[in-house]
Amino acid sequence: MIHFLEQVLNGLQLGFVYALIALGYTMVYGIIKLINFAHGDVFMVGAFLGYFGFTFWGLSLPSAVLLSMTLCAILGITIERIAYRPLRYAPRIAALISALGVSLFLEYFSSLKFVFGPNFRVVSRPITESRWDLFGLEITNIQVLIMVVVILLLVGLQFLVYRTKIGTAMRTVSFDHDAARLMGINVDNVISFTFGIGSALAAAGGVLFAIAYPQIHPFMGIMPGLKAFTAAVLGGIGIIPGAVLGSLIMGQVEILTAAFISSQLRDAIAFAILILVLLIRPSGILGKTGPEKV
Amino acid sequence: MRQGSKVLLVMLVALLALSLVVTGCGQKKEEPKAQTPAPAPAPAEKVIKIGFVGPLTGDVKTFGESTRNGFLLAIEQAGGKVGEYKIVHSIADDRNDVAEAVNVATKLVSQDKVQAIVGSVTSKATIPISEIAQANKVVQISSTATNPKVTFDAGKRKDFIFRACFIDPFQGYVGAKFAIEELKAKTAAVLYDQGNDYTKGLAEVFKTNFEKMGGKVVAYEAYQQQDVDFSAVLTNIAKMNIDVLYLPDYYQKVSLIGKQAREKGIKAPFLGGDGWDSSELDFKTMEGGYFTNHYSPDDPRPEVKAWVETYKAKYGSVPDALATLCYDATKLLLNAIEKAGTNDPTKIKEAMQATKDFKAVSGSLSFDEFGNPIKAAAILQIKDGKQVFITTVNP
Repeated sequence: MIHFLEQVLNGLQLGFVYALIALGYTMVYGIIKLINFAHGDVFMVGAFLGYFGFTFWGLSLPSAVLLSMTLCAILGITIERIAYRPLRYAPRIAALISALGVSLFLEYFSSLKFVFGPNFRVVSRPITESRWDLFGLEITNIQVLIMVVVILLLVGLQFLVYRTKIGTAMRTVSFDHDAARLMGINVDNVISFTFGIGSALAAAGGVLFAIAYPQIHPFMGIMPGLKAFTAAVLGGIGIIPGAVLGSLIMGQVEILTAAFISSQLRDAIAFAILILVLLIRPSGILGKTGPEKV
Repeated sequence: MRQGSKVLLVMLVALLALSLVVTGCGQKKEEPKAQTPAPAPAPAEKVIKIGFVGPLTGDVKTFGESTRNGFLLAIEQAGGKVGEYKIVHSIADDRNDVAEAVNVATKLVSQDKVQAIVGSVTSKATIPISEIAQANKVVQISSTATNPKVTFDAGKRKDFIFRACFIDPFQGYVGAKFAIEELKAKTAAVLYDQGNDYTKGLAEVFKTNFEKMGGKVVAYEAYQQQDVDFSAVLTNIAKMNIDVLYLPDYYQKVSLIGKQAREKGIKAPFLGGDGWDSSELDFKTMEGGYFTNHYSPDDPRPEVKAWVETYKAKYGSVPDALATLCYDATKLLLNAIEKAGTNDPTKIKEAMQATKDFKAVSGSLSFDEFGNPIKAAAILQIKDGKQVFITTVNP
């Protein structure tokens, strides 16, 4: 039983990191119906900035996280401004291709020697790891750190979206751009803001990821990005609690499959569940069923 | 009707012409084959021509440079002569590219008319070269191409092709033997990348031999190349109280797995293969771990000492495994030429195949029937942030 709980804890750690990435996918999709493929790479940039922060620039961990989040928010807003805004009313496939382009650009630009370099870097953790024994249940301070930071960010996001003026504006824009504009909302600014928040969350996820799995390289964002995107779809893309729920399920399924069924089938089973869920509930677990709004 | 027979006639003529062309081609192709082995009619001096192929530019440039250093040093040491033959060598760059490898090998064989080729470094470039060498009856020895297909393909031994390094699965065997005999391990866990032939091969051979020698592999777990989270299987393994954890992957991945294994409370020593041999290995995490390799510069055997000193004097650095293996490969070839006493590739090939207990730097060496060396492997340990030589394990 204790052993099972330990595995659940491993799954939570993975799921929470996915959640931070999935939120960015889901918020951007919710507001402009774009799958932002560059999001996984923003996560990578966040991981590198955090690593530089606490390794080379002498920052403490919290300030490194904050710096990384700020810079990535700016990066996210810039990407939106340059690559997506000019295509906002073009056919949706154009923006999608543009997103793929940005993704490849970030990966290969970061691989250049004078940027991050193509090599793997070993991250030396800014905190010394320790393990606690809770009635036989082994838990590390890294796991605690990840869960605390992610829960704080989630609570903050929930507050932002449902209790503030900009949050109300975001929700309005996600319903209807034109109506929102008629209500006096600056739609462009709201969309920029959404990209900024999503990218900042991804950056936080990146730094935590680099601490939990201490090795970073310019292509590290692809797989977590893909898994987080899957999680967002699983929970119902465009819905914030859905992204978190989907991520936690993804994390658990992956870990429990590897631990108790077969490590070879880890991804196969995770994605089989995705297909099953989508067959039964095409719009995801928390997705709204019923006719599309017009 | 007349029209019909006319068409038939034209077709017949065409067929005849075609058959002429085909046979013509066949004959043309055989010509150089027949000529190559014939020694150049130079009355004054007997010459043996040796070509070197390696990636001197491109993605594995440093591999190629080390390898070339080993080649040149071996020839220099021989005084540019083997027996009564003067050595004429030409150096070619394959850029670790399949097409370029074919080009330079063809040039070496048909223009430079070499009798032997040393190279190349990677299996990718060596396999196409081996096809050309075999077809033209030119002896080839690769220093580091580990893929079995280099010397043996489609059920046929390419009898002109040899290599100086052991092939991948052998390391799995050596690892198992070392774990049982030196580490006194009874139980082991294995983690391998299911999409990579190198790590899969090592893992399979390790498991088979470890169990054959009386040990027990309690966990045999796969992962994907992109995976970064190994917590699930490592939590399971931590409960099993294993004696050794076998990690036959490249340095980046084992560093990551090693870190997480320690976090989950696994205290068993790590064991791996030559994929660990990099300055970018996370030495702090892998401290105390062992890995199998082709050679260690700290090996106390006199051959190794002499070699390290010579290399240092010439190039100012400690020779890596690539330089060493190519030095061995070149020496093996020169030894075979001397034994054969001729520059006829067929005779050289026979002498090479008959090599017995040759004192190479990387170990005493004989060839098996597939042109693969039977020799010892070195075991190295990560200690105080350095690689330290532990022992050699004989096959």
